[in-house]
Amino acid sequence: MTNIVVLVKQVPDTYSERKLNESDHTLDRESADAVIDEINERAVEEALKIKEAGEGEVTVLCVGPDRATDAIRKALSMGADKAVHVSDEALQGSDMVATAKVIAGALGKVDGYDLVIAGNEASDGRGGAIPAMLAEILGVPQLTHARELSLEGTTLKVDRETEDGVTHLEANLPAVVSVTEKINEPRYPSFKGIMAAKKKPVETLTVADLGVDAGELGLSGAAATVLEAAPKPPRAAGERVEDDGDGGTKVVEYLAGQKLI
Amino acid sequence: MPRTQTPLGLFGTEDLIGEDDRAIRDTVRAFTADRIRPHLADWFDEASIPARELARELGDLGVLGMHLQGYGCAGTTATAYGLACMELEAADSGLRSLVSVQGSLAMFAIWRWGSEEQKQEWLPRMAAGEAIGCFGLTEPDFGSNPGDMRTYARRDGEDWVLNGTKMWITNGSVADVAVVWAQTDDKIRGFVVPTDTPGFSAPEITKKLSLRASVTSELVLDDVRLPASAMLPEARGLSGPLSCLNEARYGIVFGALGAARDCLETAIAYTQERDIFGKPLASYQATQLKLADMSLELGKGMLLALHLGSLKDAGTLTSEQVSTGKLNNVREAIAIARECRTLLGANGISLEYPVLRHANNLESVLTYEGTSEVHQLVIGQTLTGQSAFR
Repeated sequence: MTNIVVLVKQVPDTYSERKLNESDHTLDRESADAVIDEINERAVEEALKIKEAGEGEVTVLCVGPDRATDAIRKALSMGADKAVHVSDEALQGSDMVATAKVIAGALGKVDGYDLVIAGNEASDGRGGAIPAMLAEILGVPQLTHARELSLEGTTLKVDRETEDGVTHLEANLPAVVSVTEKINEPRYPSFKGIMAAKKKPVETLTVADLGVDAGELGLSGAAATVLEAAPKPPRAAGERVEDDGDGGTKVVEYLAGQKLI
Repeated sequence: MPRTQTPLGLFGTEDLIGEDDRAIRDTVRAFTADRIRPHLADWFDEASIPARELARELGDLGVLGMHLQGYGCAGTTATAYGLACMELEAADSGLRSLVSVQGSLAMFAIWRWGSEEQKQEWLPRMAAGEAIGCFGLTEPDFGSNPGDMRTYARRDGEDWVLNGTKMWITNGSVADVAVVWAQTDDKIRGFVVPTDTPGFSAPEITKKLSLRASVTSELVLDDVRLPASAMLPEARGLSGPLSCLNEARYGIVFGALGAARDCLETAIAYTQERDIFGKPLASYQATQLKLADMSLELGKGMLLALHLGSLKDAGTLTSEQVSTGKLNNVREAIAIARECRTLLGANGISLEYPVLRHANNLESVLTYEGTSEVHQLVIGQTLTGQSAFR
């Protein structure tokens, strides 16, 4: 019996326009449709595959505002068994270190986890550090950027793919894994799954339940402060080169001037 | 100025749909976007679909017989079933036809009129898409008057022996089981016919200009011998098959609007991108008047469909109300498809765009499951008390 916890984040839909709040430069959650991060669906899929291959239970763990229940329900409708939802006003604006502490605290409320599966990075913040931070806090192995994962008994094998190449990793449970987009194709929630999702247990926790110091959380607890934010300037018009027979030379001169060749 | 509203957004229909029903609808929409739409032009062009593979994928989702209870069926609301039909038909009427015939005709017939043994044998496999069903009622010479059918089931000892021909049978050539209706000495009865029974054959009908992404067949029954247990015990008379048609028609009330919505969304996008005389086609009054009128009909049809869905979920939907929905929504859908084709100009006839494919498909939808004229007469009969069919 493998107890698997999947980390799920609700993010603004990448198809909609994403904005920051003008006052504190945190994400303006009202400005865009909120959806489960696509990479999390792959994490859920991987957990379900492990469960279906043997015995196990899949718990969804989500830190986010109340409306993140939609993202949780999507994961439950795919086939996860239960969920833990940490929702607290005090979390608004938390940085990655604080978030990792909260997740670690919430894991303490899950009855004996063996494996934590996360996406390699969220599509909104794109920090990509939470899985590593979490493993560090928990004191367990981190096997990040997995494009393939297999579990034999309590031995976990992972093909880790980064720009530097592919590394074969092996660790004993418990461990934290993060998966990339290559890991699998997530299933569609079945209709029976959709209808059953509402009846599955969702435990809602606040910061007070976790034994985490509230002073370390939220915007005020963040290690760095955003002073200013501005949208990326629109792309400037390129330089136009008229070809009077010497177009090739002019292009080379331009590239050399930019130190590109 | 950016677009701020969709045709159905004008009617606020989203607020009328429950959370689970919406999630089911969104799942079907995502499935068709990923797995169906990229192939549709080719399937239509080549007049072939991978029916077996599709049936299994649809079975995994829970689409097949989704609004039936038990026997491996998902047991959703009728509204969710309607919305699923809408998404399927927004892709292609042929896909929705596959699902309608499987769930509303073949499975419903067994679920409603079958013996416990027949249900156990067929429904779980059909819900999973492992077995495909078809429904044989129409004959070459008997469409709107199925009661005059010639297919005959003769008693021979305990057995039944069936002879006759069925026509325009969706899924026929790929089916594992056919629900066949036949005259007997005791009214019209239904039979569950495994398609590997000797004497049964199902040649495919080719050279179609409509529903090309759908399998359509003839069923030939040549001394097909069946055990007594093959008869549907609970159906006696024409009300048996007509109850099944009513189920399928209900799905069409929503489905046809899916095709219309797809055409209208295509036309709205196209007219914004296409310039004529130096400005977008969408900026001309003639275009906007057409788009506005089509949106009205789409939205009114959707309100009607959702209301009929509520009535069906409450168990009070009548057959003449289904006729009302089928008549209105298919008639308006084909009008919208044809009008959208005019907005796309020559591109309207191409398979690069879905518009004429939908319009051509809707030609079949207009006459199958009761022609528009038959539904007008059904309504006329309930309004006047006079039957004017013959």
